[in-house]
Amino acid sequence: MLTNLFDGVAYGMLLFVMACGLSVTLGLMNLINLAHGAFAMAGGYVTVILVNRLGVPFFAALPLAFVASALIGLALERTLYVHVYRKSHLEQVLFSIGLVFMAMSGVTYTLGSQQVFVHLPAFLSQRFDVFGVSVGAYRLFIIVVCGVLAAALQFAVARTRFGSRLRAAVDDPVVARGLGINVNLVFAVTFAVGSGLAGLGGALGAELLGLDPSFPVKFMVYFLIVVAVGGSAGMTGPLVAALLLGVADVSGKYYLPQFGAFIIYVLMIVVLLWRPQGLFGRAAR
Amino acid sequence: MSAREQNIAAASQALAETSRVKPAEIVFWLAALASFFLLPEQHLLLSEVLITGLFALSLDLVLGYGGIVSLGHAAFFGFGCYAAGLATKHGVTDPLLGLALVAVLTGALGFATSFLVLRGSDLTRIMVTLSVGVLMGELANRMAWLTGGADGLQGVAPGLLLGRFEFDIFGQVAYAYTLCVAFVLFVLARRFVHSPFGWSVRAVKENALRTSAIGIPVNRRLVVVYTLAAAYAGIAGGLLTQTTQFASLDLFSFHRSADLLLILIIGGTGYLYGGLIGALVFKLIQDAIANVTPQYWEFWIGLLLVSFVLIGRERIVGLPGLVWRRLRGRA
Repeated sequence: MLTNLFDGVAYGMLLFVMACGLSVTLGLMNLINLAHGAFAMAGGYVTVILVNRLGVPFFAALPLAFVASALIGLALERTLYVHVYRKSHLEQVLFSIGLVFMAMSGVTYTLGSQQVFVHLPAFLSQRFDVFGVSVGAYRLFIIVVCGVLAAALQFAVARTRFGSRLRAAVDDPVVARGLGINVNLVFAVTFAVGSGLAGLGGALGAELLGLDPSFPVKFMVYFLIVVAVGGSAGMTGPLVAALLLGVADVSGKYYLPQFGAFIIYVLMIVVLLWRPQGLFGRAAR
Repeated sequence: MSAREQNIAAASQALAETSRVKPAEIVFWLAALASFFLLPEQHLLLSEVLITGLFALSLDLVLGYGGIVSLGHAAFFGFGCYAAGLATKHGVTDPLLGLALVAVLTGALGFATSFLVLRGSDLTRIMVTLSVGVLMGELANRMAWLTGGADGLQGVAPGLLLGRFEFDIFGQVAYAYTLCVAFVLFVLARRFVHSPFGWSVRAVKENALRTSAIGIPVNRRLVVVYTLAAAYAGIAGGLLTQTTQFASLDLFSFHRSADLLLILIIGGTGYLYGGLIGALVFKLIQDAIANVTPQYWEFWIGLLLVSFVLIGRERIVGLPGLVWRRLRGRA
């Protein structure tokens, strides 16, 4: 029971790190980006290549995965995404689906379509008992890393100057521009950091979630749930939504294996019917 | 005649003008008829294209007329496929009767789920339609005792069409059947979108707030158009099962819905022919790419989607016309 809860929390934390960038971009530029999972996949594959093929230590590969995905995100934002901000939601959906398809077959072409795993350091793959609860070291590691990240993000958004600019730009981009905030720059940085975090999440989750070229489509719905249910008012909403989703999904699959896959979708539909703007505050306009 | 009456007369004449059958439309359907006689080897392929076109037409009703961005339209198509297959296996062997049954069942499913897409933003609608699609696929997967699960629904043997014609392996009867059903459904859809009711649906898409201000019940319009589109998608699915005698889980996949959007974007939304033309063009593109790189055609589909959005549909589709005008101008 507690083990399940623990696994669910680890899973939810991962989802939060992967999806939090999406919630900000969605709230900031009203951009529906279905290709967010592709950045997570990029981070995962960067880690796999670095660790398995080049022998880079796992802990050194994680920041590199962040940097690589952030750079990819920045490049795509500057070259392609800037052109679709003002387009309709339908066009944004088509555009990002197109990116997902290209990313998926690009990976299949270069790295093959089979599922890959990261070679973890030995001490991370053991299990131990804490007060009778069986705990996986790697999951504990994920919870710690993602918890620290979540706290840092909350601090960055709530307390720093960049965070206040970001919040101003989310609240009202026109007025923020009028006050001299470079909204485009804020968005480019946020997009890059969001992509980087997705990549880091993908790197951390490669072992837990399984990594193959269909990753972006498989987890697209999960990211969207985190965003739509959590709203984009702050970091707290998506965090709570991600944790709820993680726990619900893991325990659902464990206790009701027959209906496991249904639970999250039904839950999401119910939540969106009950509160179309998300559980916490407002979602995208 | 007062100025007001003149205005009304002019407006109704303008509306009547748009609903008049244009020569190009007659040419289109004559060409479709001619394809039956001129391309006997391609009947199977043409049936498939036409069914996809009908499916895209149903999405056009939702998207081009209702303005609802749906990523889960394959749910209705897949449901129609399985409904037709199961009906055939459990006694309803008459194809037309089966199709009518499928239309009613899928329409009911569409009606039930239409209330989910009435609320919220585009994002909410995308997610809800996507989830309904995934849920339907998962249901079909779990209910393996009924649907055959991952093996697909096999051994579907539809009876004689109109009690006389047997479905042959060359697809001759299948194509004639598909062509007739598609034509009838198209005429009905055309009648629907040019009716005052259809115009009110379009008004909802343009501006829901103003439409409700002039007394049109917005939600009821959307429910009707969504239900109708679901029934159309179901019929398209039913046709596929009856003509191919097989249904598989792949029908529910996300790719189906994404491909469908691409088809509609190629063909254009909001004039009903977009789905049919788009399906044909899409099939040609798909074949051309598959000949070059059978494994990675998905990449090119993605590239096509991205460039359609970035370059703009008008410029890509308008290119041949532009080149033609240039050439003529020079000659």
